[in-house]
Amino acid sequence: MTAEERVITTREAINEAIRDEMRRDSSVILLGEDVAGGAGREAEGLADAWGGAFAEYKGLQTEFGSERVLDTPISEIGYLGAAVGAAATGLRPVAELMFVDFIGVCLDPMMNQAAFLRFMSGGRAKVPLTLITHIGAGIGMAAQHSKMLYSFFTHIPGLKVVVPSSAYYAKGLLTAAIRDDDPVVFCIHKLLLGKQQHVPDEAYEFPIGQARIAREGNDLTLIGAALTTATCMEAAEVLVADGVDSEVIDLLSLSPLDEETVLASVRRTGRVVVVDEGFPRCGLATDVASLVADKAFDHLDGPVKKVTAPHAPVPFSRSLETAFMPSATDVREVALQLF
Amino acid sequence: MSMAKARQPSPQPSRKQLLEFYESMALIRAFEERFVALVTQGKLVGTGHLCVGQEAVAAGVCGALEEDDYVTSTHRGHGHCLAKGVDPNEMMAELFGKTTGTSKGKGGSMHIADFRKGMLGANGIVGAGMPIACGAGLTAKLTKSGRVAVSFFGDGAANIGSFHEALNLASVWNLPVVFVCENNRYGEATPVEYALAADHVADRAVAYRMPGVIADGQDVVDVYAKAREAVDHARAGEGPVLLECETYRYYGHFLGDAAGYRTAEEVESFRSRDCLILLAERLRRDHEVGENQLDGIRAEMEARLDEAFAFAEASDDPALDELTTDVYVSYP
Ligand SMILES: Cc1ncc(C[n+]2csc(CCOP(=O)(O)OP(=O)(O)O)c2C)c(N)n1
Ligand SMILES: [Mg+2]
Repeated sequence: MTAEERVITTREAINEAIRDEMRRDSSVILLGEDVAGGAGREAEGLADAWGGAFAEYKGLQTEFGSERVLDTPISEIGYLGAAVGAAATGLRPVAELMFVDFIGVCLDPMMNQAAFLRFMSGGRAKVPLTLITHIGAGIGMAAQHSKMLYSFFTHIPGLKVVVPSSAYYAKGLLTAAIRDDDPVVFCIHKLLLGKQQHVPDEAYEFPIGQARIAREGNDLTLIGAALTTATCMEAAEVLVADGVDSEVIDLLSLSPLDEETVLASVRRTGRVVVVDEGFPRCGLATDVASLVADKAFDHLDGPVKKVTAPHAPVPFSRSLETAFMPSATDVREVALQLF
Repeated sequence: MSMAKARQPSPQPSRKQLLEFYESMALIRAFEERFVALVTQGKLVGTGHLCVGQEAVAAGVCGALEEDDYVTSTHRGHGHCLAKGVDPNEMMAELFGKTTGTSKGKGGSMHIADFRKGMLGANGIVGAGMPIACGAGLTAKLTKSGRVAVSFFGDGAANIGSFHEALNLASVWNLPVVFVCENNRYGEATPVEYALAADHVADRAVAYRMPGVIADGQDVVDVYAKAREAVDHARAGEGPVLLECETYRYYGHFLGDAAGYRTAEEVESFRSRDCLILLAERLRRDHEVGENQLDGIRAEMEARLDEAFAFAEASDDPALDELTTDVYVSYP
């Protein structure tokens, strides 16, 4: 197999990005709950037992030691606040929040501290902090472990937000996030972790703030992020049989948002469906829809459409959870209303 | 224990009570093992945080409560629910996501609640139950209902802010709350001796001006005696208590965790002090209860689980319009 054909999981891509940056830059550290596991049991060979609740960090503590790969007590406001302080004083921390839902107990370090320190210091301070967090439904963990919440972070000036849709973009965006001098929230959907894709061996950055055209088309623009990019791709294939040629945009960054790529596509197709697994009120889909309504109104052949989760908590029951998440069938149905 | 006023020493549990503890612990064990079996056989998809090994804490503490006392639980909550009297049929149906479940299939393992039984909810957020228990204690205090709130939490949860805020609050407001720490030596894959800057969770009680007590969490009689005293103290208006129960979970953090952060010898050493074995020994020694009788209780509990499984299996999945019901009391 040539290097070009190398296929790895999103989980492995995340591991590589952190590993490469830790090798390159000794100020990069990793901290979070059970990012290694078995803390303090190096001598018995029981350390690094987990490598994170989702096992992305396996081997990092073994390579870099427990000074740079730190397991934390269950003290999110403590270690996230410490990550902000460390970032402001010369380290480049990568902190993990296991499930984005837990931001409820530690929003302040991100919202009032990391996000505003640069501004409040008149541009003198910088906070090169990366927060990795897991988003999304689909694994049967119900209301308190399945939300998206990326729009929370996107709402806050001072934070950058990236949302990879696959292994390739996970590695490129995480590398860019770690090298970035601003706080970046890296939201990874749990259902993407095991998915495989070709990923180059060497370190590379995918630029923050750049969307991509995942599929070219002329009749309709489908816009997705994280898992809904795949939903849009699936819907686009189905819509071929309906005679609809869809373009699919994968947002990848929510803040900054690549407005130009979105607007250029919509101006050409005249129709748009924004697909978002998040809650519908004040969310990502609403935000992108308002952008289109504001700046591409004259080019539209129909209303800006949205497919989102319902205004309801994520349910446990499998049948309800499946219905909760936007599906290609939902997207097709809404898309056809535009023709 | 530096409980404020002298009171009657807790009565030794009677033979009848001990048999009830045995039944309660055997039910919890059977429930958890049935869950494992169903997942292993592919009859149930999913995972959960099992409390096998910790049954004496749930049984002993809830054994010291009245039916209308409050309990807040954790992600590892099946035992607390069962010991508080939640119906195993409804719990099993909840694990299957069925309409007949405690939460109509909407909550799942981590969100089992039954307000009819004072069970204010398992919780997916570490530490979240402790302030909620303070609120239930405040209700009890203001309405003079005489109820007590018990909040179960883990050793790992002793390091989250809500623990410290809740203990302080309960103390300054003199609330009838008993904080019960189930110290099973791990928070996920992290050993307690790494994460906790104290020798014992109970040591922290002094910082919040309340009694801190340690119980042998494998011995239901010790748990019961100390819980009884703590609950009486809280109910008498003498304020909160922190009770730490030293215990162990036999399974990993969740079903499927290989638990590579601990040794097989360690697991074995705790298994040899299993709560059911210890209580069986006591019943045989002090109360002449025969092995047959205990076998009979365990068989009864298995039959109870057969019934729960049949109930869950025969129940319906929620209709799709249930997605948006129960979100509010009213919402135009
Ligand atoms: C606020 C928050 N942080 C992290 C988690 C992830 N998590 C779930 S259980 C757990 C360990 C809890 O340990 P402990 O309190 O000792 O309870 P145990 O699992 O041992 O019963 C962690 C870290 C969570 N659910 N909520
Ligand atoms: Mg624990």
